[in-house]
Amino acid sequence: MESVSPAQGHSPGVATRSDPHHGRSYLIGLAFALVLTAASFWASSTPLVYTRSVPILIAVLAVAQMGVHVAFFLHVSSAPDQANNFFALAFGVFITALVVFGTMFIMANLNHNMVSMDQLMRMQR
Amino acid sequence: MSATSESLGLEPAIPLSQQGPAPARVVAGFGFWLFLLSDIILFAVLFASYAVLSSAIAGGPAGVELFDKRHVFLETLCLLTSSVTCGFGTLAVARTDARALYLWMLATFALGAAFLWMEVSEFAGMVSLGAGPSHSAFLSSFFALVGTHGLHVTLGLVWLVLMLLQVATLGFQPMVARRFFCFGLFWHALDIVWIGVFSIVYLGAH
Repeated sequence: MESVSPAQGHSPGVATRSDPHHGRSYLIGLAFALVLTAASFWASSTPLVYTRSVPILIAVLAVAQMGVHVAFFLHVSSAPDQANNFFALAFGVFITALVVFGTMFIMANLNHNMVSMDQLMRMQR
Repeated sequence: MSATSESLGLEPAIPLSQQGPAPARVVAGFGFWLFLLSDIILFAVLFASYAVLSSAIAGGPAGVELFDKRHVFLETLCLLTSSVTCGFGTLAVARTDARALYLWMLATFALGAAFLWMEVSEFAGMVSLGAGPSHSAFLSSFFALVGTHGLHVTLGLVWLVLMLLQVATLGFQPMVARRFFCFGLFWHALDIVWIGVFSIVYLGAH
């Protein structure tokens, strides 16, 4: 196997030198993912959690599980030889957040400024 | 006790300017990684439209009346397990162990197909109830988002069959191994998108 120097980078999905047996990392990842998934489904139907905070709890669990998948399945980390992969990922996350939250913010604002439907009907009479 | 980068084994033996281009596997992996991130941005747009339209049910059925959480939990388990078996399959590629590769990848295919079958039966059930994509803006955006994910899974299954045929005919060439690693990345990325789908669409249904 050719040796790759850190400056040349490291392709995502390949184990790092510190973890040559990454069969184990898939099992650790599976355990974490199962716990987080079960917690999400539990949170969505339990009476024990204050109802209005449930969406936030589910969002936190989802972000945690995405992190688990990136670290244990995709093997992307902030290690020096992964700089390219890591910054590409950070940029992707940034654009995703911008698109999703930007759209929600702008549409909620337009909705708020719109003339309500019954007012519109009265104006047409 | 300064941990220099040399003691960590990070200092390249050859100066950077004399190393030449990175090996094909690193270049191919990085290029495919960029494609995956652009694909995730495609899903971000669909998620955004779903978030805006999810309450526009046009007097029709809302998500909470249509979705069955146990069904979704089983779908999630299928896709999660298939992600792990796919990981073990790519490890078998690195060991050039054909028997283990076929075994793990057939498991991946079976679990992926089971996921797809459950999704198609859910869609068929909704359409037969009159809750098809043309009923309301909520259902249009639901079918666009979840359908695009399902389409990606379908393409992934076709790709997996093509990869197994390549291993059978060409053997473990570096080219075939690179493609297999890219397939693994694709499959793991689909699982990450599914986390967003089940958290926002199914568990966040109102």
